[in-house]
Amino acid sequence: MKRRTSWVPTLVLLLGAVYCLIPVLWVLMAATKSRSELFSTFTFLPGSGLWSNLAELTAYRDGVYWLWMLNSALYAGVGALLSAVVSAVSGYALAKFDFRGRGVIFTVILTGVLMPPITLAVPQYLLLAKVDLAGTYWSVLLPSILSPYGIYLARVYAAAAVPDEVLEAARMDGARELRLFTSIAWPMMLPGLVTIFLFQFVAIWNNFLLPYVMLADDGTFPVTVGLYSLLQQGASRPALYTLVITGALLSIIPLIALFLGLQRYWRVDLLSGVVKS
Amino acid sequence: MQRRTALAVIALAGSLALTGCDGGAPAATGPVELTMWSWASLQKVAEMWNADHPDIKVTVQEQGGGDELVTKVITAAKAGDGPDLVQAEYQMIPTLVSNDVLTDVAEFAGGAEDSFSESVWKQVTLGSPAVYAIPQDTAPLALFYREDLFTQFGLAVPKTWTEFAETARQLKQKDPNRALTTFSSNDAGLFAGLSQQAGATWWQTSGDTWKVGVDDESSRKVADFWGGLVKDGVIDNQPMYTPAWNKALNDGTQIAWVSAVWAPGTLTTSAPDTKGKWKMAPLPQWTAGAAKTGSWGGSATGITGKAAKDGKAQAAAKFATWLNTDPKAIAALVKEAGVYPAATAAQSSGALTTPEFFPNQPDFYALAADIAKGTAAAGWGPNVNVAYNTFKDAFGKAATEKSSFPAALRTVHETTVADMKKNGFKIEG
Repeated sequence: MKRRTSWVPTLVLLLGAVYCLIPVLWVLMAATKSRSELFSTFTFLPGSGLWSNLAELTAYRDGVYWLWMLNSALYAGVGALLSAVVSAVSGYALAKFDFRGRGVIFTVILTGVLMPPITLAVPQYLLLAKVDLAGTYWSVLLPSILSPYGIYLARVYAAAAVPDEVLEAARMDGARELRLFTSIAWPMMLPGLVTIFLFQFVAIWNNFLLPYVMLADDGTFPVTVGLYSLLQQGASRPALYTLVITGALLSIIPLIALFLGLQRYWRVDLLSGVVKS
Repeated sequence: MQRRTALAVIALAGSLALTGCDGGAPAATGPVELTMWSWASLQKVAEMWNADHPDIKVTVQEQGGGDELVTKVITAAKAGDGPDLVQAEYQMIPTLVSNDVLTDVAEFAGGAEDSFSESVWKQVTLGSPAVYAIPQDTAPLALFYREDLFTQFGLAVPKTWTEFAETARQLKQKDPNRALTTFSSNDAGLFAGLSQQAGATWWQTSGDTWKVGVDDESSRKVADFWGGLVKDGVIDNQPMYTPAWNKALNDGTQIAWVSAVWAPGTLTTSAPDTKGKWKMAPLPQWTAGAAKTGSWGGSATGITGKAAKDGKAQAAAKFATWLNTDPKAIAALVKEAGVYPAATAAQSSGALTTPEFFPNQPDFYALAADIAKGTAAAGWGPNVNVAYNTFKDAFGKAATEKSSFPAALRTVHETTVADMKKNGFKIEG
């Protein structure tokens, strides 16, 4: 059977890809330019300064950039992991147990999905400052753990991927509820949880306002806030554009690696969604 | 396997708790511990202090500057949190005072007054007997021009604004592709500085009544002057700090820049190929033979209400005074943070060495000290951010459409006054 190329959708997708990739290409090219090339050479031609930019970035304040990267990895890694666990437990409970107030709780969580997290940063700061947690690692981790969107996804996924019959059969065999969750529901939900983990990881990694408001000690900054502090150093010193651009490029590499590494899982997830419908 | 993961998570969380809780109460017997938020790199300077003063230990936490830092400090103060010392731009001091971020340290730091010029000191006292901050750096305005291109086109360095306009016209005639400079609407600070030179005071207080002078005669004169140049097309009307502007400075499409004494730092990034081709001259004057200038930027070290509450205000004031008046400290400030010191004695001391980007002007800082002597006083109010944001919109529109600048100034004035009234400030007139 001969398949014709459908030109219109292909073109639309190509345009979309170009739209998304041009900024990435810009960062990639700009990161290779030395200070004197940055504004004077053609935008999409590579320069000659990549290695010196990298060396300068690593040397800046005894490698504080790599500390920021580590911090970002910690916030995003631990935050997304805990968030996936909390979402799994809550989503599973909401999907598979009929209890009083379930509808209300789910509505409240749905409202939370609609609430942009950015509006919560300042109130969260005021609350955490009251219990003396502002400025600690916890002040960024705690608000990241509870993700209404994650819980919502987990509930939808648990409802679709974990058949009631299986749970019923396991109950008949005498399995306790905890065991039911860890041995049966968790593995079945895993592809969905990987998606939640990825979403949360990216959201925390890219988050600026929350850590900016919460953290004061530049040793605890994630990479977003750190790069921002590099940009705003007052007028008297040459701006560190080349360092910031190189730093921004490096900071997206872990995200790309993570997506490629976990591709196996979320592909399954997307496919399973297709089959179900 | 699941259980192991859970254990690992708990173990990791536990270790976080240990590393996270270091901000506790200071030991009763140990040194006074102070934290400072700044965007300038002051770590090394603070280390010098710590080595000499075992009783007061200062930790610098580097933050990005700008309006976001002001928001952050105000939020922290509302929560009873935040630093003991904070770097603040002069125009933000009234905002910080009216939000109870800064505290009066006149009893501990009043003696520092003699180290600074009157116009600078007024900005940290807000014209009252109180002292809210110690001046750190100042930024007197000057004219920066491409010496080589001025010679090439047979232009003389303008000494008055009339000559400045004449120079702009001459250049346009000789080479229509070049412009003397641009009028930029994206930083109100420069326009405010030019208005100060002309004699404007945008905010004044007497008692609890404010007088807003954004639209006074002097500022209107400045608006009219620049609006005329833009309308006639003899200067550019595109904003500063864009890639296009960088390029224009780098390739000589724009051959002069009205800026402040920190300009060499900016030119290093913006126009890397022009090293050694720029020169600084005094700002053109409204009256021939005068020697007045305004400011664009500059900051002070403020002492916060939190320091006062914790009984650390005296220690904080002592450090802030040392940081900004002690010759050794200022030398380190200049070296590490690249600031132009506010202390009068330091401006003509040997601490300042010719900017690397201006090897052709070895007397750069001698000239700067001369220019700085004529710095006009500035008066700031509690809603500078509102005025500045309105400026960006109103003048941005006026510059693009080449419409009336004084009308745009009127808009800025009215919006500023309306905002102050809304927030319960008493306004004269």
